Amino acid sequence: MAEKLVYTRTKTIQEDKVSGFCPGCMHGTVMKLIGEVIDELGIIEKTACVLGIGCCGLQMDYMAYDNITSPHGRACAVATGIKRTNPDTFVFTYQGDGDLASIGLAETMSAANRGENISVIFINNGIYGMTGGQMAPTTLLGMKATTAPKGRDPKEHGYPMHMCEILDKLTAPVYLERTSCNTPQNLMHTKSAIKKAFVNQLEGRGFSMVEIVTTCPTNWGMDALGALDYLEKNMLAEFPLGLIRDRTKEA
Amino acid sequence: MARVFMKGCEAMAEAAVRAGCRFFAGYPITPQNEIPEYMSRRLPEVGGHFVQGESEVASVSMVYGAAASGTRSMTSSSSPGISLKSEGVSYCASARVPMVYINVARGGPGVGSIQPAQMDYLQATKASGNGGFRMRVFAPATVQEAADMVYAAFDYADRDRNPVLILSDGVVGTMMEPVELPPMKTEEEVAAIKESKRSWAIVGHKLDYAHRAWIQPGQWSTLLQQKENEAAAALYESWKSDARAEEYLLEDAEIVLTSYGICGRIAKSAVNVLRREGVKAGLIRPLTVYPFPYGAYDRIDYRRVKGILDVEMSIPALFLEDVETAVAGRARISTCLCSGGNIMSRDAVLRAAAKIMEGN
Amino acid sequence: MAKIIVIAERCKSCGYCVKFCPKEVLAIGSAVNSKGYEIAEAVHPEKCNGCAICGRMCPDGAIDVYR
Repeated sequence: MAEKLVYTRTKTIQEDKVSGFCPGCMHGTVMKLIGEVIDELGIIEKTACVLGIGCCGLQMDYMAYDNITSPHGRACAVATGIKRTNPDTFVFTYQGDGDLASIGLAETMSAANRGENISVIFINNGIYGMTGGQMAPTTLLGMKATTAPKGRDPKEHGYPMHMCEILDKLTAPVYLERTSCNTPQNLMHTKSAIKKAFVNQLEGRGFSMVEIVTTCPTNWGMDALGALDYLEKNMLAEFPLGLIRDRTKEA
Repeated sequence: MARVFMKGCEAMAEAAVRAGCRFFAGYPITPQNEIPEYMSRRLPEVGGHFVQGESEVASVSMVYGAAASGTRSMTSSSSPGISLKSEGVSYCASARVPMVYINVARGGPGVGSIQPAQMDYLQATKASGNGGFRMRVFAPATVQEAADMVYAAFDYADRDRNPVLILSDGVVGTMMEPVELPPMKTEEEVAAIKESKRSWAIVGHKLDYAHRAWIQPGQWSTLLQQKENEAAAALYESWKSDARAEEYLLEDAEIVLTSYGICGRIAKSAVNVLRREGVKAGLIRPLTVYPFPYGAYDRIDYRRVKGILDVEMSIPALFLEDVETAVAGRARISTCLCSGGNIMSRDAVLRAAAKIMEGN
Repeated sequence: MAKIIVIAERCKSCGYCVKFCPKEVLAIGSAVNSKGYEIAEAVHPEKCNGCAICGRMCPDGAIDVYR
């Protein structure tokens, strides 16, 4: 009996394009998961992705559905403009830690506080990837970066920011969870978290954010598998995975 | 159409709604506050959406998003707020996203003062953001002109798929005058405008890499970026014929006053006073400050003219630079200036004109 | 009999599939794609049960799985 194809790349990613991401970079993984969820929910034809600036923005050439690049940090504002005027369009933002938590902190907080009915996918790899390894708001203490050559020092650079917990102080957000894709189990859970964040929007419940802790092998100065180990020992220690808030039922 | 007595800011907001604007995001800053305030009441009445952004930076990006998904959208601010919006406007110009924005200018630089001024002229007409994009910039002198210019701006923006700026000021914005409001677009017309943008609007399309909507404010490929820059440059060039100015009593003018916006109106009343005193004065008042009406200055009879008087509420003089380019040395140019929120007085203009007539 | 196919041009030799395959079917081979990445390959195809963990973990969608 001929074998049946049980798993292949989601059709939402362009056929003949290989992503520009570094080997092992989980931007590719997450974008696959997003594509699979959009496909399974049958909403490709009404999807609009708002890309931040950074490695997250490299997706624009690979997605086969509508996408717009926002100014660095403004994705949640751009998404607000789209969603308010097109409530039937499914709008999600795809942002990195610099985009969402540094230059875009006000836009992120304010969109969450207004309870915009959008879904935010936040890739936290503790570094600025595209620009070559500068310190990000989520860079770990002691972690080296091109702008913190001796390692992040709280006296000078402050502390890593926990965005899910910060947004958890706001009344409006409906669903906040931090996940990772460093193991098959975590990957599958990330997919279900993404689906939950997307369904919340489709059912008009309001603001959801999934923070996905990932690796940046190149700018961490490691190979893909070494970065996985570093993530497990260090990133997850600072950014514990788990559900931060789920008010889906009440929303 | 009935004439109503209305404040400039509110007339501009109402004109936008009548032109089919259904999204506004803005932030409080004097002296343009009545625009977001008015929009917060009016837009919900027509099924539109208003958001008070957390900053001007966020507000203009909200407009970028709403406009990129097919809705006629507008924002407004005043001088320092306009500086914050330059990023968003540059993105709209780069990504060919149509939008309208209004600067109700005030004293500067920095936080400056909250009273009226014309100190953003170069910002408005030469570089409203990075990357060398250009925009049509209209300069209203009356509440009527302000309403009409906002109304027309939306058609220009859509036709060019480019931002359009209304360079107003604190006087026109906050004074009340009778105004005949432009006709209200029907809901069908508004819906048709949005539908006409569906092919490129970020609202979701069939899964087809080639026909998805793809709004990118820049290109990875330098060749593609240059190609886009060349197309934009050609578009800007095509606007030259749309330059407009009010040319008043130029034919026999021995002195020509030139000014835009509220100062243009003050200068015009000075011309009338001078004419009554037997002085042959004339006026050139640009209505579009980009494209600049250089041609109007060629219709001055330089054999007859003793001098040109540039009247503007800006120190240093800024509008003067375009006047110098337009006059190209064919006559002496004097200036009558005030700034920082002080409003130009007609007497000052008359004194400056008298000096020119006395030949010194 | 389950099997996997590695799409050579999409593989970036990151090693996730090799690490997470519960049956140790895969290994980084010596064959190289146009970008110079050594491509993962099924060195013990007979052990594959088509669980698709390799395909799911692959950041670049380089593995199709049949069962």
